[in-house]
Amino acid sequence: MTLLSVRGVSKRFGGLQAVNDLSFDVVPGAIKALIGPNGAGKTTIFNLISGFLPPDSGEIVFGGEGIHAMSSCEVAVRGMVRTFQHIRLFPKMTVLENIMVGRHVHSRAGFLAGMLNLPFTWGEERRIREKSFEIMEMLGIAAHAGTEAIRLAYGQQRVVEIGRALACEPKLLLLDEPAAGLNMRETNGMGELISRIRDMGVTVLLVEHDMSLVMKISDEIVVVSYGEKIAEDRPLAIQKNREVIRVYLGDDE
Amino acid sequence: MARRYFAIAAFAGLIVAIQLTTLVTGTAYYLTQLTMTAYYSLIVVGLCMLIGYAGQISLGHAGFFAIGGYVTAFLTTFDLKSHQGAIVSLLSKSGALVSRQDVYGGSLLTVHPWLACAAAILLTVGVAYLVGGPVLKLKGHYLAMATLGIGIIVYRIVLGTDFLGASDGISEVPGFPLPGGLLITGDSSSRISNYYLAWGLVILGMVLLLNLIHSRIGRALGAVHGAEDAAEAMGIPTARYKLHTFVLSAVFAALAGVLLTHYNGGIGPSEAGVMKSVRYVAIVAIGGMANLWGALSMSLVLNYLSLRGYFGTYDDAVFGGILILIMLFAPDGLLRRHLLSDLKRAISRNPVEEEAP
Repeated sequence: MTLLSVRGVSKRFGGLQAVNDLSFDVVPGAIKALIGPNGAGKTTIFNLISGFLPPDSGEIVFGGEGIHAMSSCEVAVRGMVRTFQHIRLFPKMTVLENIMVGRHVHSRAGFLAGMLNLPFTWGEERRIREKSFEIMEMLGIAAHAGTEAIRLAYGQQRVVEIGRALACEPKLLLLDEPAAGLNMRETNGMGELISRIRDMGVTVLLVEHDMSLVMKISDEIVVVSYGEKIAEDRPLAIQKNREVIRVYLGDDE
Repeated sequence: MARRYFAIAAFAGLIVAIQLTTLVTGTAYYLTQLTMTAYYSLIVVGLCMLIGYAGQISLGHAGFFAIGGYVTAFLTTFDLKSHQGAIVSLLSKSGALVSRQDVYGGSLLTVHPWLACAAAILLTVGVAYLVGGPVLKLKGHYLAMATLGIGIIVYRIVLGTDFLGASDGISEVPGFPLPGGLLITGDSSSRISNYYLAWGLVILGMVLLLNLIHSRIGRALGAVHGAEDAAEAMGIPTARYKLHTFVLSAVFAALAGVLLTHYNGGIGPSEAGVMKSVRYVAIVAIGGMANLWGALSMSLVLNYLSLRGYFGTYDDAVFGGILILIMLFAPDGLLRRHLLSDLKRAISRNPVEEEAP
C-alpha cells in the first residue's frame, strides 16, 4: 500500500538533467525525508510532485490516481499540500485569515453566494473560523490570531505556514526545508511538531538539510545526488551507506 | 458584519444629506453631475475590486463601459421598421420591440431598453471572458499593456464604425423605463428620482462587493494578490478567480455604461478613450487600492469636480498627475487608517525601527 508513488520521473532544464529516472514510494502514516547535497534536485522533485512543474517523463501516482499532468491546485484539492522553502504567507492578512484560507478546499461558497451573503455561508464561515482556531491552539499560535502573519518571528511564520497547510486536512504534507533558518531550540520544536503531525495521521514528505533532525524523526530516507536516487533506507542504514558518505564527504584519498 | 452595514447606512445618509442641501440652497442643478458621478463611481468600485483585492490591473475598463453604452445606444435607436423580416416580426410579437416617436415626430421601431441592456451585459461578459482568459495570464506591466490594448481596440472600433456614429457617437437614446413609472433620463423634471436611483444602484453594488470581500472568495482573492503560488498550492483556482473578478468588474463598467448612456441620451467615442481608463485607475489608486470606501469617496469628489468643469482643459492632465503623484509619494492611497501615523513616522524617523531585522 502506497500513498504516493514516483515512477521513473525525469526533468531537464536546458542542458541540465535536474531529475533523472527517479522512483520512490511513500507509505501512509510515515515520515519520509528527501536529502542530498546542494543542487541535487530536491526542490525540483518537490515541484514535480506538487504540480508546480510538469515532469518530462515518468508517472506520479497519488492515492491511486496519476497526478503528473495536474496543476498544483488540482493536486491540493486531492489532499496533497506543500509548504515553501522561502516562507510564502499571505501579506496584509492576519494569522487567522492565513489559516482560514487553508480551509478553502473544504468550503464551497462561490462568487454569487459571497456577494449575496447567502445564509448557508454564515454557518460555513463559522465552521471555518472554529476549525482555524482549533489548529492555531494545537500549534500554540492562537494568541497571535489577530496579528499580521508576516510580522511574526521567522520561526513562528513557519508554524503558521504549516498550520495553513494543516487546515487543508491533507493526506500528504510536503515540507520544503521546515527547519531552514531556525535556531537549535526551534529546530527541536519543529521536529516534535512534525512527529505530532504524523501521529495525527498525516503522512509527511520532507526535504531537509539538518541531518540530526532528519535522522531523529524520519521513518525512511531517500538520498539523491545529481537528480538520481543513490539510496533509500531507514535512517541508521543510511548513516552507514558508503555511497551516501562518499556523496556528502567526498572520496577517501 | 454590523460595521459593514453601518458604513453603508452612513453613506446612504450622506447621499440624502447632499440632496437636501441642494434643495435648501436651491442648487438642484448640481444633481445632474452628481447622478453622472454615481454611474462613474459604479465603474470605479468594480475596478477597485479587481485592482485592489484581486491584484490585477486593467487599463481597459473604459472599453467595457463603451461596449455597454454603445450596444444599448445602437439597439434603442436603430429603426427596425425598414428591416421587416421573420426575426423582426418574431421580436415584435414577443414584446421585445417598442414603437416610439423620434424628435422630428416620425415613428421608430426599436429594441426595448431592457433587452438592449441584457444584450449589452451579455456581450460584455462574452468579451471579458474571451480576452480575460489569455490576458490575465500576464502580470504587472505586461497585463497593464495588454488591457490598455483592449481599450484602444474598442476606442478605434467605435471611432471607425459608421453605424456607431463614428466620431459623433450615437444620440437621441431614449430613457430607460423602470417599474413604478420611473424613467432613467436626464430630463430635469426627474432629476431627484434619478439621483436616488443612480446612488441606490451604487449602494447596492457596494453591498455586493463588501459582502464578497468578507467571504471565502474575498479571502481567496487576498491570497492570490499576496502570494499567487501559495494560493494555488492551497487549492485555490487562481486563474479562474482572477477571470471571474475581471468579468465582474467589466459587468459593473458595462452596466454603468448602459445606464449613463440612457441618462445622457447618448454616448460618444471619448467614453472609450484611454484617458478615461487612466482616470478610473487613478481614482482607485488615490482611494488606496484595496479600499472600496476610499475609491468611492474619491470618485464622488473627483468625478464631480471634473464633471462640473473645475479642472477646465487640464481635466485629463489632472488625473494623469494624480496617478504619478500617488505612485511616487503615497502608493497606498490617501485614505487609509495608518496615514497619520505613517506621516508622523516619516517626519520623526524612529531609529529603532530602521534597524535591520
